[in-house]
Amino acid sequence: MKRLSPYPNWFYLPGAIIYAVLFLVPTLLSFYFSLTRWTIFDSEFIGLDNFVQFFSEPALVKGFVNTFIYAVVTSGAKVVLGMALGLLLTSQIVGRGYLRAVVFFPVLVSTVGVGLTFQVLMNPERGAINAALGLFGFDGPGWLTDPSLALLSVALVDVWKGVGLATVIYMAGIVSIPAEYREAAKMDGAGPWAAFRKVILPLSWPATSTVVTLSLIGGLRSFDLIWAMTKGGPGFTSDVIASVIYKQYQAGFYGLSTAGNVVLFVAVTAVVVPLTRFLASKEVNA
Amino acid sequence: MNRALTRWGLGGLAILSSIVVFLVPFAFIVTTAVMDSRQAGEFTLAWPRQFQFVENLTTVLQTRDYLLVIAFINSTVLTVVSVTALVILGAMVAFVLQRRKSRLTGLANFLVLTGLIMPPAVVPTIWVMQKLGLFGGMPGLILIEITYGLSFTVLLFRAFLATVPRELDEAAIIDGAGPLRLFFRVVLPLLRPVTVTIIVVQSVNIFNDFTNPLYFAPGDQNATVQLTLFNFQSQNLTSYNLLFMDILLITIPPLIMYLLFNRQIVAGMTSGAVKG
Repeated sequence: MKRLSPYPNWFYLPGAIIYAVLFLVPTLLSFYFSLTRWTIFDSEFIGLDNFVQFFSEPALVKGFVNTFIYAVVTSGAKVVLGMALGLLLTSQIVGRGYLRAVVFFPVLVSTVGVGLTFQVLMNPERGAINAALGLFGFDGPGWLTDPSLALLSVALVDVWKGVGLATVIYMAGIVSIPAEYREAAKMDGAGPWAAFRKVILPLSWPATSTVVTLSLIGGLRSFDLIWAMTKGGPGFTSDVIASVIYKQYQAGFYGLSTAGNVVLFVAVTAVVVPLTRFLASKEVNA
Repeated sequence: MNRALTRWGLGGLAILSSIVVFLVPFAFIVTTAVMDSRQAGEFTLAWPRQFQFVENLTTVLQTRDYLLVIAFINSTVLTVVSVTALVILGAMVAFVLQRRKSRLTGLANFLVLTGLIMPPAVVPTIWVMQKLGLFGGMPGLILIEITYGLSFTVLLFRAFLATVPRELDEAAIIDGAGPLRLFFRVVLPLLRPVTVTIIVVQSVNIFNDFTNPLYFAPGDQNATVQLTLFNFQSQNLTSYNLLFMDILLITIPPLIMYLLFNRQIVAGMTSGAVKG
């Protein structure tokens, strides 16, 4: 008699059914529906028209380009600031416990709450940020009202909210570097900059690759912060793919909205898959 | 030689900047939340001319027939039920995935990663939910949160299971335990540390979720706390004190979680991140 495994495959089932019905099936369906003109009542096959529209209408193209700008700017800033804060908060400075707590807390706060708060703080005439800049004699910009600035202002708030996560990832990475390496570098006469370049930077590479991957995925998919702060405006200058998907859905263009989703899948895959390969190949064996 | 300078100089500078960058926005939320509506409309970080804590609190709670109270109940139900299901279903999947190598292992691993990276296809999901009668209600939204949270949960459980010795399973099997008993009586209790981490991290995520309730559970009777924020923005321009009172109220649950489970939250968010 064959003994039954103590690890039965049916343990997969409850999770797998929910996942298949609400994630896999819709994902596969999206490839078909993105090729249709789809309203509440019915859908009609129209080939690639939605994609043609997506890449020819200026508002939609802007959303596509913005998605990448937003993702690259936020993850770049999170790497640099997260690394700097990680080094600072693992060094022997006063108030480390307080600093760690205060840098990390925004990660846990409601994104929409943060967005609406900064929308008020960034108000061009009455906001606290421009009032503070005014004290130093600077004329603060229209953070969210200037079309060339709105997306970057939202990205700035994204970094404010997310840098705590990057920081704790870097802290974990830096702490795990064996102390002998740093000491050896010091013995060899390396200054702080050389020690950073030759020891800390390469050995915290796993942390860097985690931060880059996480924030790129998050950045490409980002929706709620942008929606809370600008709703894609002024005009459509701070739209991203995720906000285009929502707007087209609200307007009843379900096919176009779904095409946006397919574009987003492709964008995420095209960025993340080669990136993780590249980052893994660069890892140093410590 | 200049160690003291670094320690106090750099530390002091960091503390000063952290006050400006991180504490001022939170101070702004708190002070505006207790101002009268006229002062709140001035958008300045200032001492409230008039303390209206109780008044603003009751007004916010009563707005639109106690919508915020309903939303807090909805968010609590959503969070508790989804997280409970996530823990049980996720641990079951991770258990078999980690212990038994079979033809399914590769596929399951692939699907877990896909779920972690891929953004969901919104309108087709709504279509499927409508066909199943799940659209626009709490049960459907709970299933959605389970679906989107499953990958992260499985990854964390799987990593932890690798550190639980198989000998424990074998001892239980020799004692005559079946798969269900083995899992619920022996293995699941051993997963306690990572379970706490998962509960805390997923609770914060689901409580703070805005996008999924927006798409999959429209309508006031399903409103979750994140959606109530827009009430005070669109209604009229003079209720900024109420908006910030609302923001303050929905910030309290994550704050309590952070004060109680600081270590688990940081551990969960970094470990789940490391091998994603």
